[in-house]
Order: sequence, then structure tokens, then C-alpha cells
Amino acid sequence: MPLLEAQGISKVFGKLTALDGAALTVGENEFHGLIGPNGSGKSTLMKCVAGAEVPTTGKVSFINTDITAFTPTERARAGMSLKFQITSVLPTLTLYDNILLALQAHCSLFDLVLSRTRNKLHDQVMTMLTQFRLADRAHDAAAALSHGQQQWLEIAMALAGKPRLLLLDEPTGGMSLEERRVTGELLQPIKQHCSLVIVEHDLDFIRDICDRLTVLDQGKVLASGTVAEIQANKSVQEIYLRRA
Amino acid sequence: MVGAREAVARVGEEPDVVTGEGAPAASAPAGRASAGWKVLPIVEGLVLLIALVLPWVLQDYLTVFATRVVILALFALSFDLVWGYAGIMSFGQALFFGAAGYGVALMARDLNVTSILLILPAGTLIGLTASLLLGGFLLLGRYPSSVIFVSLGTLTGSYAADRLARGWYYLGGQNGIPSIPPLTLGSYEFEEGPIYYYMVLGILVVVYLLCRFLVRSQFGLALAGLRENEQRIAFFGYKAQHLKAIIFAVGGTIAGLAGSLYAFHEGFVWPNMLGVVFSTQVVLYVLFGGSGTLIGAVIGTVIIEGVSFWLSDNYRDVWPIILGVLLLLVIMFRPLGLISFVLGERERVGSFGKAPKETGNAAP
Repeated sequence: MPLLEAQGISKVFGKLTALDGAALTVGENEFHGLIGPNGSGKSTLMKCVAGAEVPTTGKVSFINTDITAFTPTERARAGMSLKFQITSVLPTLTLYDNILLALQAHCSLFDLVLSRTRNKLHDQVMTMLTQFRLADRAHDAAAALSHGQQQWLEIAMALAGKPRLLLLDEPTGGMSLEERRVTGELLQPIKQHCSLVIVEHDLDFIRDICDRLTVLDQGKVLASGTVAEIQANKSVQEIYLRRA
Repeated sequence: MVGAREAVARVGEEPDVVTGEGAPAASAPAGRASAGWKVLPIVEGLVLLIALVLPWVLQDYLTVFATRVVILALFALSFDLVWGYAGIMSFGQALFFGAAGYGVALMARDLNVTSILLILPAGTLIGLTASLLLGGFLLLGRYPSSVIFVSLGTLTGSYAADRLARGWYYLGGQNGIPSIPPLTLGSYEFEEGPIYYYMVLGILVVVYLLCRFLVRSQFGLALAGLRENEQRIAFFGYKAQHLKAIIFAVGGTIAGLAGSLYAFHEGFVWPNMLGVVFSTQVVLYVLFGGSGTLIGAVIGTVIIEGVSFWLSDNYRDVWPIILGVLLLLVIMFRPLGLISFVLGERERVGSFGKAPKETGNAAP
């Protein structure tokens, strides 16, 4: 049984059909790339999975539960996490507090009011900051970070709740080549406990870290399979050649 | 200047962070101490000091005025929690203030209850109940309510209560309920003057400290997240609507406490106490002083009330215009309020992580 199964997802905005019966299946501990030309519906599909958009039709199952009607909060509590395309770290808070905010989301109200998990979570916060090479800036406001560092902080925050599935919408957008390479390195270790869906324009990056790919074109799935299968696929080559 | 100070603070933090993993207990205090906590306690201490000596230097009629201002500052705190900390635009905070005021006035008029031991809990309870009901209706739902819905909903609630009080004979109609007897404790009567002032100031200090504890707790961090990006924290798994309803109820409770003190201090209640006039006044106190800082709410109340008092004495005809322009200027050029002249952004937002003090105290 796959971890995530989205079937027959359609999303209509007024007269625009963004998704037309798209599907996405992700297994346990799988890194899955979602690619396609601009406007093919990648981000919309991601949002429908994460709960940021409600699909017009279709069904999303996650760990054997139908979550189509779940709110984002309920999806997060079920073990799903999303990194937005536009970085949305909380700019006035310190890096430390950004991570703590994400980590303490599942604490009880009582614990929060009495700050009873503050000391317990300290080591976890520092471990995450260290893992994402941000520890030396722990007490700076997040707004002071470079764009690439903000993306890392955001990935760290998305991972804080120990999700089973992490959805990354363009994690390397606006990053330098070096930062992209590092991002790939940072993501590798999470494979042990988490699956990943990545929407990304950088095909080299996708090829390097993903196990399987789904290619969208005009709201439909054009192809889905291992990286090698997709690379050999004639119609995929065609749309990317057409674009070039 | 602020930038420079922050830069210095950051340089000072470096050692803490580098060794943060290995020996946090030893290195954290130095780093954290330089990160801030300088301006706020000084301002808070100064304000408290001035408040404490005030009755000694003021004439009696001014002490009565100062008492009113302290009660209004308590009311301002309630709005600051809701708007300044949680980002909920409540244009109806006076509903809870006035409902409690009317409630305790009725207790005094119809039941002859004036004991402070019954009146204050009753007023607090009325504020809590009213805010739970309105907050539950406006804020709880499967999906977050829009800012417009909440602000118009609270405004309408406050306006409707005002109209209701004006039209209801039992509540005294336009005139409200006059001649409320003094608050009592046993056979002692709290008359206007220094004793009432210190009693109210004591309550303000206690509530202030409780609020301070709350907004600096991990719950306060969740509120900061709520204020900055409600959608984002929902994706972490926070029940954002619950957080909002809770802080809204806390605000309503404090407003209820303030309303009952106000009713007994003034000796009467009238429909404005429930309505748009008081609801917008409290917004101005907090914006003027600096929303998102507790002391800003207190300072804003004191300055607006003090300046109106002085202006109305000296510029009998044009004072509302002068006050209006002053308020506009501050809100246009100092959107973070007067407190932002002395308080930097970093200190205003603060830090919520493990404090060095706790690290030190953990051992014994």
C-alpha cells in the first residue's frame, strides 16, 4: 500500500482547468519528483495534496486514510508537511524560535502556557539548526538570512514535526549552484524516515535525488516511473524539447 | 541607531551560538544577556515608579482621574493581548467591558451586592462568558475566519449591545444606571481617592505580570506565529482557531475585570461603555503606545487620557482637533507606537527559547 495516493484530481478555477484527472502515488521512503512545463499544474497538485486547495473532484489517501476533506491542520497532525513555494519563515522571530514554533505544534495547551517543553525541545532545536548549517545564526531574526538560507530554515521547520511525507514546492528556487548542491546533501538523510514530493524546475537536481518522477502536462499525467524510464520516454523528451 | 545596537547585540551572541551545542549552560547567559532585555524592564520600572508616587504629588481630584486612567490601562491590556499579540482585530472590546460594568451595576442595584469579593469575580466571569460566546461564534470553525468578518462581527456586537442598552428600560435606557454604591470589603467602603487608586494599581500590576508571563511563554510564541502567518502555523498542526478563541476569551476576561472596577469607580454605567466609542478608544490607546508590547498599551492610555485632560482644560474649543491630529501623526509616522522610539524591533518581538536563568536554576 503506497503512503500517498491521489487519484483523479481535477481543479477548476473559473474557466481555467488547472488539473484534469491527475494522479500521484508515492511509496514509503521514496523521493518523488513532480515535473512539467510552466502551468502544467505541478503546484496546484501539490496544494491539493497538502490541503491548501480543495480539489474539484478526486480523492487523496494518506496512510490508508481518505484525507480529501481534511484541513491543513488535520493533515499536519496525520503526518504530512509542506514547504511553501514562497518562503514563509516568520521574519521577525529568531531562527531558534522559528524551529521551536514548528517543534512545539503538537504540545498541549497546558504545556505551552507553562512552557513545560521549552527545555526539553532545546536540544532538538539546536540539532535541527546544526543539521541545516544554521546553528551559528540561531539568535538572528529570520529576515536577516539570505534567500537560500531561508529556504533551508523552512525545510528544517517543515521537518520539525517528524512528518511521514514532506512536500517541497521549489526548494532550490533562487539558490546558487553551490546552495543547490548543499540542499541535495541536506535532504538525503531524511530518506530513512520520510518520503518526499518535490516540485522543481532544476532537472539536474531532480535527477540527482529522486527515485521516481511524475511528469505533468496541461493538468494531466504524461508519464510516471523511475528516473531512467522517464528519461527514455519519447513524449516527455518531446515536451521538454518543445519548450527548449 | 537601532540597527547599530542590534549589530552589536549580534556580535555579542556569536560565542553563545558557536558553542551552543556543547556547553549551552555555560555560554548561553552571556549571549542572551547581550541580545536584549534592556529597554523594556527599564521602561516598565519607570512607569511603575511614577505610578506608585503619583497620589503623593497629585491633588485629590487628579488622583481620581489617575484611578480612571489605570482602570482604562487594564482595559487596554485586554485589547493588546487580542490585537497586538494574536492579531485578532476586535473592534468590539468594549462589549465585554460594558457588559461586566452593567452586570455588576445590576448586582449592586437589585441585589445590594457590593462586596469586592463577589463583584470582581462576577465581572470577570461576565467578561469571560461574553467573550467565549462571541469568540466561539466568530472565530471557531473548520476554516479560519477572515479579518473582515471578525472585525465587523465584533464591531456589530458592540454596537448592538449599545443599542440594546439604550432601548431597554430595565438597564436605564439612555441614562444608564446611576448612583452605584461604593465597593465594599466587610464594613470598609472603597471611596474614590488614594486607596481605590492603589487597589486598582495592584490589580493592574498583577494582571500585567500574568500577561507578561503568558506572552513570554511557549504559548506566546504560538501567538506570535498566529499574528505573523496564521496559514503557516496551521500547516505545522496548530489549531489556530482554538488559539484565537482562547486568547480572545482571556482578553474578554480582563476587559470584564476592568469594566466592573470602572463601574464602581465612576458610580454609574451608561451605554457608551458597551459601544463603539469605548471600543475604538481602546484601539487608539494601544496603537498610540505601541501594540504588541504590554507597557505600550499602558503608556498609550496614560498619554492619550492625560493629553485629552490637559487639552480640554486649556484649549476648550479645539482640543479634539489637536488630539485627532496628534493621533494621526503618531499612527502615520510611528506605526509601532510611541514605545518604538526607545524599543528596537528585536526586543519588541523577543525570544522564546530556553532562557539562561532556567539553565542556571535547573540544577538545584
